[in-house]
Amino acid sequence: MNRLRPLLEPVIRPALDKAAAIVPIHWQIKGAHTFQSLKKRAGMDRAIPVFRETPLPDVSTLKLSEIDVSNPFLYRQGLWQSYFKRLRDECPVHYQANSPFGPFWSVTRFEDIMFVDTRHDLFSAEPIISIGPQPEGLEIETFIAMDPPKHDVQRQAVQGVVAPKNLAQMESLIRQRTADVLDHLPENEPFDWVQRVSIELTSRMLATLFDFPFEQRHKLAYWSDVAAGAPESTGGSANTHEFFTAAADMAQHMSWLWREKEARLAAGEAPGFDLISLLLANEDTRDMIKRPMEFMGNMVLLIVGGNDTTRNSMTGGVLALHQFPDEFDKLRQKPELIPNMVSEIIRWQTPLAYMRRVAKEDVTLQGQTIKKGDKVVMWYASGNRDERAFDQDPDQFIVDRKNARKHLSFGFGVHRCMGNRLAEMQLRILWEEILKRFDRIEVLDEPGYVQSNFVRGYTKMTVKLTPHHDRPSS
Amino acid sequence: MGRITFIEHNGREHVIEAETGQSLMQAAVDNNIPGIDADCGGACACGTCHVIVENGWLKATGDINADEQGMLGLTPEKAETSRLSCQIIVSDALDGMVVRLPEFQM
Ligand code: HEM
Ligand code: FES
Repeated sequence: MNRLRPLLEPVIRPALDKAAAIVPIHWQIKGAHTFQSLKKRAGMDRAIPVFRETPLPDVSTLKLSEIDVSNPFLYRQGLWQSYFKRLRDECPVHYQANSPFGPFWSVTRFEDIMFVDTRHDLFSAEPIISIGPQPEGLEIETFIAMDPPKHDVQRQAVQGVVAPKNLAQMESLIRQRTADVLDHLPENEPFDWVQRVSIELTSRMLATLFDFPFEQRHKLAYWSDVAAGAPESTGGSANTHEFFTAAADMAQHMSWLWREKEARLAAGEAPGFDLISLLLANEDTRDMIKRPMEFMGNMVLLIVGGNDTTRNSMTGGVLALHQFPDEFDKLRQKPELIPNMVSEIIRWQTPLAYMRRVAKEDVTLQGQTIKKGDKVVMWYASGNRDERAFDQDPDQFIVDRKNARKHLSFGFGVHRCMGNRLAEMQLRILWEEILKRFDRIEVLDEPGYVQSNFVRGYTKMTVKLTPHHDRPSS
Repeated sequence: MGRITFIEHNGREHVIEAETGQSLMQAAVDNNIPGIDADCGGACACGTCHVIVENGWLKATGDINADEQGMLGLTPEKAETSRLSCQIIVSDALDGMVVRLPEFQM
């Protein structure tokens, strides 16, 4: 049916492009969705991989060439540590020729990851940082996936949202909200920590960053999950229809919010410190809404960047202290260890498993020649467990680990996480408030894990809280 | 050897003796100066060893290369005389220098 392509493309493409400047973004996305559906019916779409979970083999039974760390069930099945250890020891720069995402290199040791991440002259972050491509028809533009100098301009326009002045203002608000969430938790009975605490707190935070209607904050978490969950990008479980519907809904809400802020500004109101107001106040980004894929890209980046990652660290910290109970004792005796522990949680969890690059020229690393144009995946999750880079056993969770800040979870170089201080602050406050209230947090069941090769997260974790005995229970 | 003064954002001063040839970041870390995180260990890749050099001393700290320029561009607190202290090598020429620390490291 490929005969249809020359017929369809010239008619619909220019129409869509022309529409970009005048038609509301959510209509454009619906249009793109229709276009994709047409292409699908005409057999012109790119195949989307389907992932069905089966038990993965023990890594010692595999040939090196058979090891595929892009499998989205590796984390859920608890096998990632053994797979990556084998690669670090036997083949630290590893080529997988036949993954569902196409061929790619894996870089697995701390020092090599640092090398790739800091050499943006050799490795490009474009067009996207997931192993697989973005869903067809919805290729957004985001500065996490741009190279300098364009990256620098875009990042500088928004980074003020996490400037010290703003963070200091946010601190008391975050504390208030954290206290409020913790004060309403059931005590001495099972409940889901992911829903009640991690999702709730990060949604509240996001609503604040965007000055998004508070009562609709759960949409933000939902959009974020869908955006990061496309099967062709990360091996996630979102389907195409869901993806486009969520994208259209998000575009519509974010455009409304943009227009509303714009109107308020035009009416002479003082600009707020929320993200959209900052974009509107900056000359380079004031017109961003006229560049729909860039507008969507920035919104998605901030929503996903600030959501999954912090959320899963909030859950991961509880799980880590459950698995290493002596460390919880240490923490209770020395609450001043909290900031150090926060870095340790972020290392231990490594909420984003990797970032992907493309070689801009031939590069030799650990004796392997990476060819120009090859995909290169920097596995932070592996580097953070690299025995060569840590004095104390990296698989242990140690609240007073020395040099705990020296981890890869935020990346290094020009793309280093923009929200790192905000994330650390949220986690620090959470643990300060937890220690004020509870003696114990028991994890009652094996948690549920997200299906993804990118997001290392939890769908569910049942816990039971024991309040301080000197605190009257509610 | 060089005597170097670090002033924290809250105004607290620390005077250290730094060894010639080491980086200013290393000297600060060895002397437990609060507010120099140095997350990347001196690879010019994290921006968390940011200092703001006091008037008149910038030239003596040496050249700023493109990588450092790029990393400094990422901090919202960048000032005219901002430097990454891991990229400054201590020498006699820096004896008496004063640097200020930003409110946060990025
Ligand atoms: C524990 C929580 C977090 C983790 C583990 C994390 C991780 C990361 C990683 C690995 C990168 C890419 C680094 C690289 O390519 O070298 C990144 C970039 C980014 N993160 Fe985060 N992040 C977290 C929280 C946040 C928050 C709360 C925000 C929201 C303000 C945020 C916003 C961003 C942005 C905008 C970028 C793109 C930076 C650029 O390309 O210049 N992140 N993050
Ligand atoms: S220590 Fe990381 S940039 Fe200087």
